[in-house]
Amino acid sequence: MSTRAPSSVDVYREDFERLRAGPAWLQNLRQQAFARFEVIGFPTTKNEDWHFTSVAPIAERSFVLASGVGSEAREGSDRRESSRRKADSVNAIGARAADVARFGFGEEGWHTMVFLNGVFSEDLSSWPDTAVPVGNLAHAIEAGNPTAEKYLGKIAGFDNHSFTALNTAFIADGAVIEIPTETVVEQPIHLIFISDGDGVSHPRNLIVAGRHSRATVIESYVSLRDGAYFTNAVTEIVVAEGAHLDHYKLQRESSSAFHVGTVQAREARDSQLHSFSFAVGGSLARTNVYTSLDGDAATCTLNGLYLTDGSQHIDNQTSIEHIAPNCPSHEIYKGVLDGRSHGVFNGKVYVHPEAQKTDGKQSNNNLLLSANARVDTKPQLEIFADDVKCTHGATVGRLDEVAMFYLNSRGIGPATARTLLTYAFAADVLATIELEPLRKALEKIVLVRFAGDASEQV
Amino acid sequence: MLEINDLHAGIGDREILRGITLSVNAGEVHAVMGPNGSGKSTLAQVLAGNPSYQVTSGSISYNGQDLLELDPEVRAQSGIFLAFQYPVEIPGVSNAYFLRSAYNEIRKANGQEEVDPLEFLDLVEEKLKLVDMDQSMLSRSVNQGFSGGEKKRNEIFQMAVLSPRLAILDETDSGLDIDALRIVAGGVNKLRSPENATIVVTHYQRLLNYIVPDFVHVLANGRIVKSGGKELALELEEKGYDWLQPVAGAVA
Repeated sequence: MSTRAPSSVDVYREDFERLRAGPAWLQNLRQQAFARFEVIGFPTTKNEDWHFTSVAPIAERSFVLASGVGSEAREGSDRRESSRRKADSVNAIGARAADVARFGFGEEGWHTMVFLNGVFSEDLSSWPDTAVPVGNLAHAIEAGNPTAEKYLGKIAGFDNHSFTALNTAFIADGAVIEIPTETVVEQPIHLIFISDGDGVSHPRNLIVAGRHSRATVIESYVSLRDGAYFTNAVTEIVVAEGAHLDHYKLQRESSSAFHVGTVQAREARDSQLHSFSFAVGGSLARTNVYTSLDGDAATCTLNGLYLTDGSQHIDNQTSIEHIAPNCPSHEIYKGVLDGRSHGVFNGKVYVHPEAQKTDGKQSNNNLLLSANARVDTKPQLEIFADDVKCTHGATVGRLDEVAMFYLNSRGIGPATARTLLTYAFAADVLATIELEPLRKALEKIVLVRFAGDASEQV
Repeated sequence: MLEINDLHAGIGDREILRGITLSVNAGEVHAVMGPNGSGKSTLAQVLAGNPSYQVTSGSISYNGQDLLELDPEVRAQSGIFLAFQYPVEIPGVSNAYFLRSAYNEIRKANGQEEVDPLEFLDLVEEKLKLVDMDQSMLSRSVNQGFSGGEKKRNEIFQMAVLSPRLAILDETDSGLDIDALRIVAGGVNKLRSPENATIVVTHYQRLLNYIVPDFVHVLANGRIVKSGGKELALELEEKGYDWLQPVAGAVA
């Protein structure tokens, strides 16, 4: 049932056994998770959820823990020690404030938490408003924060998810964000995970948005240099009654990297989750965004954009569980695929028998820029209630020839016209991003990618 | 300026233009009229270089150049402009960016310096007035969510900014109410000059009350079956196109 080479799991086990001990509940959780991972192994393409994506390149490689946590015998330990030395202006992996500014789009007003190879860096982090209830998971565990114990592993199940099991086995650090009841956090909270291009990290984040609270959280996955490193991230989200959370995941790993990330949420009555997944990096990348509409009139918007080129493989899977009645869910994912790249979209919407008056809309539109690019799209709608309104659709197409001619007829040559139309296709879904500085930053990234220049607004 | 000689063209195996010969000089306005399916729009598209149409024989010379050798963007850069019958919506690209790109591409091709966004704004201000459009349209996506009339006015606005030497208006009057028609025609008339020429393709005579042509040509079955002065348009309005069909048959 697994394609793994024995050696890769052995390396995980060695690191697992060296993990520093934590409280009993955590030890227990990790052990269960690792045991489960050993049983189910890495998924193969026979697994329906991984039908179009072979993870053999990840399964066959041996990744040591990038943080070096627990592996005192390895050379990684020096790096960890020095990266924790608070006074360091330049840490061991060489991340500087300038890097953080670049990855943070120069937004100094945002709350920024920086993680280097998965480990929190207090030096590089900053929060303009110290009252904002954010902290790092390692500290929360040490300090006995009950929230961590209460929620970790409860939202993102690992029974059938190898990568979540593996992440759970290595729970060590990440962000813990607890927005108190009826609190509005004005400035976005930006979590920046910076890799030095080596090893594996398992960031684990927990976001608990209290009743009627409001916040914006951005997760960025980036690298200082290219390398065949592996990021295996899991974020668990609780959106309590009437709370409103905007969540952005920006997967901007370097071109040789591997990335698997799961964002999993549960939404209570009248809550709102707006998720945007932006995926442009990595040689092999998979992002899962799962939410469960547990309470009456909870809403979710799951949007996304993926851009692939060269031999990249980017897979997006979403799942919306309509448990309660009267819940609207809206989803638009767009992909632009060039070179010999491969994109995958699988969007599942389950409408449970009690979820009457569900209003679900899902679409996935893909633009193929080359003859060798490929996309597999699989919208999946399963309805067990009888009074619902659900639509879904997927398109795969090439640039519109009529639009091309329109631009050409105005004096704009084929190369520029192609760039403009491609940009416009992608920018259409970026327009759904409400956080304006982020939208502008992503528009710029997209424009640079297609035009090599982003001197102005299109 | 433009010499069309025995032009045959169509889509795939279907021949639509079956021998068009037409000469247009600077300063002239030519109206090309005809019933649906006569080939009027095909002629307009072929002049602009739409790659969906194939020219099977004949020639087009434009200011001494072989027009059929030129790609559509080069034709535009050489001063040809087609106002589309169905202007295309381009979500995600603003009118301002689109039109400035076009303007600068044309300037570049003619050895002129490009203009920056601010200069461009100055330049388009009066052109907007010409078609009674508000500056806010510049930041909207190209034709997206525009009414039929707005789209047609946008075509004339683009024409005003790009100031072509040969403008081809393809059914610019279709779907316009009388006010929009006046605005569009007024815009076209302001742009008339002894150096420029205009070809007005239309099904109805009413546009020609506002844009008075020097010549009227009637197209039927892919051929010009009758040419005359502006009074020919009035005759068509009165008698319809039916009386011309036998003539078309005779030529065939």
